[in-house]
Amino acid sequence: MTNISISYLIFLMPLLTFLINGLFLGKRSAKGAAALAIILNGVAFASALALAVGYFTSGTAPQKVIAFEVPFLKFAESFVANIGLLVDPLSIMMLVVVTFIAFMVNIYSVGYMRGDRAEGRFFALLSLFSFSMLGLVAATNLFQMFIFWELVGVSSYLLIGFWYHKPSAVSASKQAFILTRFADSFFLLGIVLVSYVVQTFDFGNLNGITLGMFANQTINLGIMEVSKATALTIGAVLIFTGGWGKSAMFPMHIWLPNAMEGPTPVSSIIHSATMVVAGVYLVARLFPFFAVCGNTLTLIMWVGAFTMVFAAVIACTQKDIKRILAYSTLSQLGYMMFALGTCKIGDVVITTGWTASTFHIFTHAFFKCSLFLIAGSLIHQVHTNDLDAMGGLRKKMPITYVCALISILAISGIPPFSGFFSKDEIILAAFQGQHYVVFVLALLTSGLTTFYMFRLFFLAFHGKPRCHAVAEGHVHEDFAMTLPIAILAVPVLFSGIATKGLFENFFVPGKIRVPQLMLVPEAHWIPFVAIGAAVIALLIAWFLYASPKANVERALDDVNRGGIYKTIYHKFYFDEMYYCVVRQFLIGGIARAARFIQDYIVEGVVAFAVWFVHRLGALVRAAQGGHLTFYLGTLIVGVILWRFIGHLPF
Amino acid sequence: MTLLNCLILAFLLFGIGVWGLIQRRHLVGMLISMELMLNAANINFIAFAYFTPGDSTSGSIFSAFVIAVTACEMAIALAIIVSMYRRHKSLDVEQLRDLHD
Repeated sequence: MTNISISYLIFLMPLLTFLINGLFLGKRSAKGAAALAIILNGVAFASALALAVGYFTSGTAPQKVIAFEVPFLKFAESFVANIGLLVDPLSIMMLVVVTFIAFMVNIYSVGYMRGDRAEGRFFALLSLFSFSMLGLVAATNLFQMFIFWELVGVSSYLLIGFWYHKPSAVSASKQAFILTRFADSFFLLGIVLVSYVVQTFDFGNLNGITLGMFANQTINLGIMEVSKATALTIGAVLIFTGGWGKSAMFPMHIWLPNAMEGPTPVSSIIHSATMVVAGVYLVARLFPFFAVCGNTLTLIMWVGAFTMVFAAVIACTQKDIKRILAYSTLSQLGYMMFALGTCKIGDVVITTGWTASTFHIFTHAFFKCSLFLIAGSLIHQVHTNDLDAMGGLRKKMPITYVCALISILAISGIPPFSGFFSKDEIILAAFQGQHYVVFVLALLTSGLTTFYMFRLFFLAFHGKPRCHAVAEGHVHEDFAMTLPIAILAVPVLFSGIATKGLFENFFVPGKIRVPQLMLVPEAHWIPFVAIGAAVIALLIAWFLYASPKANVERALDDVNRGGIYKTIYHKFYFDEMYYCVVRQFLIGGIARAARFIQDYIVEGVVAFAVWFVHRLGALVRAAQGGHLTFYLGTLIVGVILWRFIGHLPF
Repeated sequence: MTLLNCLILAFLLFGIGVWGLIQRRHLVGMLISMELMLNAANINFIAFAYFTPGDSTSGSIFSAFVIAVTACEMAIALAIIVSMYRRHKSLDVEQLRDLHD
């Protein structure tokens, strides 16, 4: 495997781009920065592709290969945190996807960010983002994953708040950063706890755990003595909490729609290949470990399923196209999460959901990236995110129109587009895992997904133009923006068909064996039900928004609506709830109490110490008055006292 | 005449001297009080030498030394006083707080 030796290029290229653009090129020449970013990210993509081809053709798959590993922190002789590059099917898949998406988004940004006052900074940060995600994906152990996890967080903060002169962007970036950091603190706790129990960070060792290893052993956590199995389960839930926040699962989801304030290429890369996928990737990477730890998977399943339905319902009412896409991402992430959680029947673990989930990550990356780039294109032409001002863009932007149709069909799960295969497998996994409630929910959400995506599609591209720029024909397609959209249409079309079945072959971890009796025979009626739901939803959307009878004004009206619609339109008032909790409870309660303690108690102690020293100084100063007589008096009094109190020999 | 009479005398003298030293604000007055204290000490030396068995001259030798040292001291102190007077036109210790000016 000669390709392993060049694998470091995958990391090196984005990092170099970040350093060169950030330190030298960015301020001097925006064009140079863009060219460098595209070329180096292209090289990174090429080396990722070469690595993938070499890995799969040389017959090493699906074994794990450590391309390189250097010790980073030595906690003890046998307890080392390494930095390395892990090569196995899952990480290879992610490496290819991330480098490819980053490459596309870089090309797109040339068009989108043209004339921005800080283009160089944008390209530098974009590369930092892809670099940190690549490091996260290729992590060989939890500790490295956490380091890059935080790097992803900070680069997303910098990118969401890229237009820092907009207050909304600043607050959105702060919200995203603080919320994910809040979850990350639990993640770190989980890492500490798990590594304390198992004495390793390594994924291989963690995934090799069986509860039999710790039978009847207890561990002292300082506060109480618990069995090791319990400690591991707590640790697993804590680790999942990190993914919970990063993947913006309910109730930590609010930062994701608000993060739409950033530039569209950023939204695109966040939603398709980096940041939010990190949470799902974490669970996928540690899947055997989670499977061992109690009912963690059940929790993961319910969190995912709830987020899926919740976000899909909200997406049906939104008017801002980027927000619709953001909620759709949330919904799809919910799919991935719950698929990971469906894999346990009693104590037996089946891997259908695991493969389906990774498959869905793969296909979702392409069509979601494509959709965001298309949305950015529209916004660039119409200068607003609002569906009010769109409509009738079909004739003006034909290529974008076709690509949008392809992507939307893909996300709706219409064969033969990519989304159909992966989503179908997820629904099948829910069925095989005998979680029938979630199964029904997933089918329903599948219909909802189709509905809101086509609502967006019809309202944006069909009907009469609702703004001057479109009506008067100022709208055109920008080459730099349309090119990546067109390129992306290819994987959106074919990534499902081409890779169907590959995932099952590559991703089955050797240690989990499924007795055949446990499996429900593949239900052949499921795909047809799913397609049926999608088609019905499509027809409803068409009837409501594009048919001759459609009442577009009514569709876009968000004022004269019933209570339920309003509640959903305002996202169940979650932003307000958060605002209220933060304002009243955190700032008004805890912070004020803390401030009182600070102001009166802590400051009081300090002030008293200062006052005491001050008085002491005043006393001494008074004695240094320069009065000769006073000196003499004290001298004499001192001598007398010395005589009577002290121990003079006479 | 006993030792005690002499010691009481010396004690009173010394006390008067201390009092004067603290009370007076004039440098010359303070100098005089110093003389009183030193002479009280001299009385002590001589009285002890006289009333205790042993070498009765040692007390006188001590007091002679003290007187000699005092004379030197007085010369120097008076020189300082004179120069201070020239500089400040006053010998009030209350006004002579700072030695540097």
